Amino acid sequence: MSVRERTRQRLGAALWRRPWLRGALILSPPLMWFLVVYLASLVALLITAFFSVNELTGNIVYQWTWANFSQIFTQSVYGVIILRTVIMAVLVTITDALIALPFAFFIAKIASRRSRQAFLALVFLPLWASYLARVYAWINILSNHGVLPNLESHLGLPITNLAYTNVAMWIVFSYLWLPFMIVPIYGAFERVPDSLLEASADLGAGTWFTFRQVLMPMILPGIVAGSIFTFSLTLGDFITPLLIGGSSSNFIGNAIYDSAINGGDLPFAAALAFVSIAIMAIYLFLARLAGAFDAI
Amino acid sequence: MNRPRFLRWFSAGAVVLLLSSFVVPIAFSAPAGASLGTPPTQGDKTPTSIGKGEGKLNIIAWEGYTQPQWVKPFEKTTGCVVNVKYAGSSSEMVSLMANGGGHQWDLVSASGDADLRLIYGGDVKPINMKLVPSWSEFEPFLKSPSFNTINGYHYGVSFEFGPNVLLYSTKVFKTAPTSWSVIYDKKYKGEISIPDNPIQIADAALYLETAQPKLGITDPYELTQTQFTAAVNLLKSEHPLIKKYWDLASQEISLFQNGEAVVGAAWPYQTSTLKAAGAPVNDTIPKQGATGWADTWMLAANAPDPNCAYKWMAYMSTPKIQAEDAISYGETPANTLACPIMNTLEKGGCAAYHANAPQSYFKTIKFWKTPLTTCDNGQNDCVGFTQWQQAWTQITG
Repeated sequence: MSVRERTRQRLGAALWRRPWLRGALILSPPLMWFLVVYLASLVALLITAFFSVNELTGNIVYQWTWANFSQIFTQSVYGVIILRTVIMAVLVTITDALIALPFAFFIAKIASRRSRQAFLALVFLPLWASYLARVYAWINILSNHGVLPNLESHLGLPITNLAYTNVAMWIVFSYLWLPFMIVPIYGAFERVPDSLLEASADLGAGTWFTFRQVLMPMILPGIVAGSIFTFSLTLGDFITPLLIGGSSSNFIGNAIYDSAINGGDLPFAAALAFVSIAIMAIYLFLARLAGAFDAI
Repeated sequence: MNRPRFLRWFSAGAVVLLLSSFVVPIAFSAPAGASLGTPPTQGDKTPTSIGKGEGKLNIIAWEGYTQPQWVKPFEKTTGCVVNVKYAGSSSEMVSLMANGGGHQWDLVSASGDADLRLIYGGDVKPINMKLVPSWSEFEPFLKSPSFNTINGYHYGVSFEFGPNVLLYSTKVFKTAPTSWSVIYDKKYKGEISIPDNPIQIADAALYLETAQPKLGITDPYELTQTQFTAAVNLLKSEHPLIKKYWDLASQEISLFQNGEAVVGAAWPYQTSTLKAAGAPVNDTIPKQGATGWADTWMLAANAPDPNCAYKWMAYMSTPKIQAEDAISYGETPANTLACPIMNTLEKGGCAAYHANAPQSYFKTIKFWKTPLTTCDNGQNDCVGFTQWQQAWTQITG
């Protein structure tokens, strides 16, 4: 037996005797990636939030300061931007939940097995097209000579001019993130045995009562899971406000973009990102209270 | 309730992150940045001749400045392969040049509002104008303009320029508006569109120069706190009238095409694109004059390919290339000999892009420059760029 083979054998035996070592070896590359790329960049972001920039050269001044945060909390404009972003995220989440509930119920419980696949494919279909193409499509629908105003004038309805308004943003966001709400709710509905609904009906419960007392507790985690997607995706977006928003449509993301790219003020942008992270952390905490992670 | 373990780890990690963010910054403390003095690279030696090309050239440029039409012949004759990175804003150019450590890039086609930041940031260095022969044919006011020449040292060679014009719908305005006041007029509420750019504060200041002479504004880029506040307040009062602050050139074009905006601030490029598409629009420079851009090829302080960079600057200054860019981009060349060539490229091209305009026309354009806290009059009471940026967020927020 050669030396090389013997070493290999001994190594294999050592690994076999120590399962934890095997685990560590398998896990260490992704763990390193997680620590270095993900957590380290987050730490760098949070630290940067406490620096400032030299007014003229745009170089970062490595001096610890609260100035960025005090500016965010004292200047009313940032309050307005943060509030606008959060309200829009909440509105979009509610809208998507209201649309997704009956739709997901229909796919999971009423549609036949074959049409179920077709419906699910339809839900995913928009995700195959580029995000930008879909937003521009909505500009074409909503703007002055677009599809919607043309349709309205044909039907003799009052003509709306929704492009470049916050209403347009609400419509577009609700459209963009709808699949992310339908899928988890559909999953939750699928886990509800039909027999439960039948039992509820047999025992004399009405539709509304069954919905509230039997269905709702079982699908709530699905709704909350979907809402995490719709809420966070809206919260972090800046392209839709830029493309279809009006003159008062800036989101936190736009403020970050402005200070990082246009203003060259990375520390201030980092401080704003901190706010986003904090809002999301609060939301995840509330979602956890509502039991969104119970299924994990 | 089964509490997932990863959540506990996650929260523990978050606490560590938070704590470290409080501790680490103290270790990094360093003195605040230096004040305005002589540019850090003023003493750098300039070459006396252009040596053999390095075989490559990395530049940061505005989209449209590196058309194959003139890049291909350049690569062929000099052997310098051109790599280009497009920048979307002046500030992006500054941060690219500053953060790359200066070893990545050779040249940047910076606009006047970025120039001083690059010069005083030590990101660019002086050049020897003797190596750019066509410089002698330049418009006199672009030979040593204050936005790229300090203490007699040239931090780059001027390229092309153009005005920010007043764009209007000819359906709404039978005759050209003569004053910028139309973009602050309640009559056009919801039909006005201006660029989403802090330098727009200078446009408001330019209007106030004559509208409110008591403010004593003489330079729209050097504003005292009172003058600055007046300009910002004007823009805040304009906010409810705005349909959209445009970020992309194409947005302004579609706004006017759909009739969603009827008047606004724009570039000549948008006017010509709209006219070519048959839209009923025109542009004008009102009686107050206009702001404008003037771009400069600037040499990075640590340019790895200086010979190719000099070859490029010399090449881009020649009448032929200046004419080609002027027609293709829709701006005015610095080289006075470009005019006849423009006419051969496009009938009436020279006049269309003002290449033969009298000196009085150029005087109506106030070229973008970096707003600094130090004013030209030696006082230190001007408002600097960071405040411009923050005020713009206040206006558009």
